[in-house]
Amino acid sequence: MKQIGMAILSGLLFGAGLAVSDMLNPDKVLGFLDITSHWDPTLALVMGGALLIHLPTSRWILKQSTPKLASSFSLPALTQIDRPLVVGAVLFGIGWGLVGLCPGPAIILLGGGSSSVVIFVGAMLTGLWMAGYLKHKF
Amino acid sequence: MTSFTPISGLAGGLLIGLSATLLLWGNGRIVGISGIIGGIRRGDALWRLGFLVAMGVGGMTVLWISDASLPAPASDPLLLIIAGLLVGVGTRLGSGCTSGHGVCGLARLSLRSLVAVVVFMAVAMATVFIVRHVI
Repeated sequence: MKQIGMAILSGLLFGAGLAVSDMLNPDKVLGFLDITSHWDPTLALVMGGALLIHLPTSRWILKQSTPKLASSFSLPALTQIDRPLVVGAVLFGIGWGLVGLCPGPAIILLGGGSSSVVIFVGAMLTGLWMAGYLKHKF
Repeated sequence: MTSFTPISGLAGGLLIGLSATLLLWGNGRIVGISGIIGGIRRGDALWRLGFLVAMGVGGMTVLWISDASLPAPASDPLLLIIAGLLVGVGTRLGSGCTSGHGVCGLARLSLRSLVAVVVFMAVAMATVFIVRHVI
């Protein structure tokens, strides 16, 4: 129960952070990705701000034997640079660059009820779950 | 075309860093949105749905308080379907998106995340260049 409360608190802050930084706005994201015209570096500062906090805190947290409310840490186990990682990053990069939406902002914008977002999220969920099966074939 | 907004960008980033810190400290979990969505069907759906709904509430509340207009993405359905599929398949194959690799992975100094971030940023920049300046 406490873990769900923590997830809710973390989710609220995450969503608020994306909205405050205007990262829900696809034009803002595309303005960062479009380096050859009127470049808008804001997205780099959003990542920088997040790392400013999370770099030192995650170092400290991961030195503890367990998290505060759970019995163990659930961290990614893979360490090798493999083909799925690179192919996946390429495909994600194309999709992200085409409309300027990544998973977080897309889910938040569902609350606005625009049909564009509903179509995008429907396709994204189909892709996510489809790739779950594909992944083992690489 | 948008202009550089360093203060709100940094402020939003700090909130995201705090969010990632709380979930790791409390639950031992990574704030990776594609991973949180992708795991819903694996059984521990409750905290995942709680996080995602709260994320929506947090984002929409800030838009509402600041009286900002709702951002509008592209409207071509075919483009949206292709982009959505690519984002879904790509983040699953590549084990993460902007949040999981870009914030949590880099913070943990993961080499996989560094490679993923460099690749998806470069490819996204190339995609925007082609869409806006070549086609």
